[in-house]
Amino acid sequence: MRISLFITCYNDTLFPEIGIAVVRVLERLGHTIDFPYAQTCCGQMHYNTGYQPEALPLVRRFVEVFRDSEVVCVPSSSCVTMMREHYEKIALASGDRSLQSEVAALLPRVYEFTEMLVHRLGVEDVGAVYPHRVTYHSSCHSLRNLHLGDVPIRLLRNVRGLELIPMEAGDLCCGFGGTFSIKNSAVSGAMLEEKLQYIKKTQAEVCTACDNSCLMHIGGALHRQRANMRTEHIATILASDSDSRVPSNGAR
Amino acid sequence: MSPVPAHDFKDSRSPDFPTAALPLLQDAQLRNNLRHATGIIQGKRARVVGEMPDWQALREAGQRIRAHAHEYLDLYLEQFEDRCTAAGGHVHWARDAAEANLIVVQLAKHSTGKVIKIKSMTTEETGLNRALEAAGISPVETDLAELIVQLGHDKPSHIVVPALHKNRRQVRELFARTMNLPDLGDRPEDLAEAARLHLRRQFLSTPVAISGANFLIAETGGVCIVESEGNGRMCLTLPRTLISVAGIDKIIPRFQDLEVMLQLLPRSATGERMNPYNSVWTGVHPGDGPQEFHIVLLDNRRTEVLRDPEARETLHCIRCGACQNTCPVYRQTGGHAYGSVYAGPIGAILTPQLAMMERGQSLPYASSLCGACYEVCPVKINIPEILIHLRGRVVTGRPKALSALHPEAVVMRAMRWIFSNSTRFSMAQRVGRIAQRPWIRRSGWIERLPSVLGRWTRTRDLRPLPAQSFREWFHGRHESSAVLPQSSEPHHE
Ligand code: SF4
Repeated sequence: MRISLFITCYNDTLFPEIGIAVVRVLERLGHTIDFPYAQTCCGQMHYNTGYQPEALPLVRRFVEVFRDSEVVCVPSSSCVTMMREHYEKIALASGDRSLQSEVAALLPRVYEFTEMLVHRLGVEDVGAVYPHRVTYHSSCHSLRNLHLGDVPIRLLRNVRGLELIPMEAGDLCCGFGGTFSIKNSAVSGAMLEEKLQYIKKTQAEVCTACDNSCLMHIGGALHRQRANMRTEHIATILASDSDSRVPSNGAR
Repeated sequence: MSPVPAHDFKDSRSPDFPTAALPLLQDAQLRNNLRHATGIIQGKRARVVGEMPDWQALREAGQRIRAHAHEYLDLYLEQFEDRCTAAGGHVHWARDAAEANLIVVQLAKHSTGKVIKIKSMTTEETGLNRALEAAGISPVETDLAELIVQLGHDKPSHIVVPALHKNRRQVRELFARTMNLPDLGDRPEDLAEAARLHLRRQFLSTPVAISGANFLIAETGGVCIVESEGNGRMCLTLPRTLISVAGIDKIIPRFQDLEVMLQLLPRSATGERMNPYNSVWTGVHPGDGPQEFHIVLLDNRRTEVLRDPEARETLHCIRCGACQNTCPVYRQTGGHAYGSVYAGPIGAILTPQLAMMERGQSLPYASSLCGACYEVCPVKINIPEILIHLRGRVVTGRPKALSALHPEAVVMRAMRWIFSNSTRFSMAQRVGRIAQRPWIRRSGWIERLPSVLGRWTRTRDLRPLPAQSFREWFHGRHESSAVLPQSSEPHHE
C-alpha cells in the first residue's frame, strides 16, 4: 500500500528519528511511503490555545496536501485527536461546503501510527527486537480521545526481548497539555512530579508512548534529574531489529 | 444593608490562576490532604459506578433530561411557579446576586437575629452570608464541612466537600479553639459529636432556615435536597420558615426524572449508592414542617450562559464534584487557586461565563485538556471542548487596541505564517538550529532558556533541534538535489 506520512510539525523539527522509524517499520512490512513536502502543522496549537480562526488555513492546507492519499499515517495521537474532534467543526464554522465534504472524505483515512498497524494493516508483530525493560505511558489523547486501548500494548508484547512493565495510575495525565506546560508551568511541573513517581517506580529502562509531546516533557525531567531512565517513542522501539542500531532519542 | 457585589463568585481582586497556584503548590500539608481526600472519594466512586451495568445509558439519560429542561426552561420554570404556589409556597425571582440577597434578608428579618443554613453553593455564589451579617443576622452553617469553613473564616474549596483541604487534626484544632473544647479528640466520632452538640442548640432555637436545592421539579412544584449528615433534614423540618435559593438551571421536568438523577448524583458525588437523606417537599403542609416556604429563583447570568450554544451545556451540571476529584490540576492546587466558589473543571468553565468573561480569563487555561473530567461527568458535559471554546472567547474578547499586540497573539500569528508555507517552515527550522546554539550545554541538552521559554526549563531540560529535520532526511534519501521541492505547495497560498 502507498502510505502518506504526516510527520507533524514538532516531530519533523525536533524528532526526525521518529519519522525515520515509521518509514522503516512500514517499509519492512512492504509498504511504500509518500511524504508530501508541502505539509506543515495540523493547527492543534492554535486551536487549543484559543486562536481558532488561525487554525483554519492550516486545516485547509492539510486537506489539500492529503486529499488524494490512500491512507495517512500520523505518529502522534494528539494531532489525530485534533483532526477527528475538531476538523469537522472548523470546516462547518468556515461555511465552506467543499471543505466540509473534503474533511468528511479524508478523516476516515487518517490513522495514528499504532492504530494503523493494528486496525488498518492487521499487524501486531512487526518483527522488532528490543531487549530492554519498557513501561508504556498511555497519553490522554490516545486513551480518552482515540480510545487506542491495548493497541500499543499488543504491539509491544510482540517485540522480541522486550520486557513490558505495567505502570500504576496509567490513566493519570503527565501534565504536558501543550501551551499549558508554559502558561501553567508550575502546576504542569507538579503534575509531572507525581507522574514521575509512578514512572520511576516501574524501574524500567525506557518509558514509551504514542506521543512525543508527553515524552519531551517526561524525558526532559528525567534528564534534568539525571534519572536512570530515558524515553523513546513507540515507533523507535518497533523499528528496532536485530541487524539495526537502535535509533536513539538523542544524547544522554 | 451595605451593598453586596453582584458577582461575588469571582473575587475581582483575586490573582490569575497560575499566580494563585504558586503558594498552594508550596503547601505540602494542603497537597497531602488533597491527594488523600480526592483519592478516597475517587476510589469509592469507581467502585459504585463500576457495579452499574447501565452507567453509560444513565449518563445519556441524565444528559437528555438536562438538555430538554434547559431547552424549554421558560415553560418549566413557570410550571414550577404555578405548582409551588398552588401548594402554598411563595416564589420569588432574582435577576442577580444582590436581588436574591435582598429578598432573603427581608424575609429573614423577623428571625431571632440568626438563621440556620444547609450547605448551598448557590448562596456562596451570591455571598448571602455577608449580606445577612450586614443586616445583623448571623448565619449558622449546619453542614459539617461548611461549619469548618465558617468557624475558620475560610473559603470553600470543593463543591461537595467545602473543607476538603483540611485534615482531621486541623479540624480538631479548629473545634477545640472555637468551641472551647481543649480535651477534644481527633477521631471522626469525636469531631462529629462536638459538631452535633454545637448544632443541636441552634436547630432547636432558630425559627428560620436557608437552603439551596439540588433539583426543582416542574411537574409538582417540589424541591429536592440530598445530603449525608441529616443536618439538612433538621433545617427542613424544625424551623417555622424555610427559604430556599436555587439557580434556574436546577429545574427538571418530571418527578420521575429523579429516578435517573438520584442514581447519578450520589454515586458521582460521594461514592454512595444512595444518599442517607433524600428530602423532597412541595409547598407547605399544615401541622408538618415549616409553615412558611419561600423559594428564590436566581438567574445571575445563567440566561447569558444559555445564549452560547457551544457552552450552554455547562448548566447541565448537577454539582457532584466528580470532575474536581479526578482533575489532575485540581488535585495539585485545590480549590482556592480558582478564586471562585466553583473550582476545578466545572469552575474553570462556569466561573468565567457567570462573570461574562470579564474575570476569570485564566481559568479556561487551567487545564491540560486531559479529558478525565468528561469521562466521569454524570451528565456528560464535554468540559474539554467547552474549555477550548472559552479560550477562543478569551482571545476574541481582548480589548481591540491590545489584541493585535498581545505577545501570545503575535507568536501565534507568526507561527501561522510560518506553517502556511513549507519553504518558510524549513527555513524556520534552520534558523532555530542556529539560534539555539548559545543555549546548548555540554550535556548536549538545553538546560536554561530566556523569558517565557524559561518556564519550560525550570523543571525540564530540552533536547535541541537536531542537525537534520525529517523532511531533509527524507529528501536526501530520495533526491540528489539539495534543495527541498516546492512545486507541491497547495495553490491557495
Ligand atoms: S461538571 Fe459534571 S462532573 Fe463536574 S460537578 Fe458538574 S455534574 Fe459533576
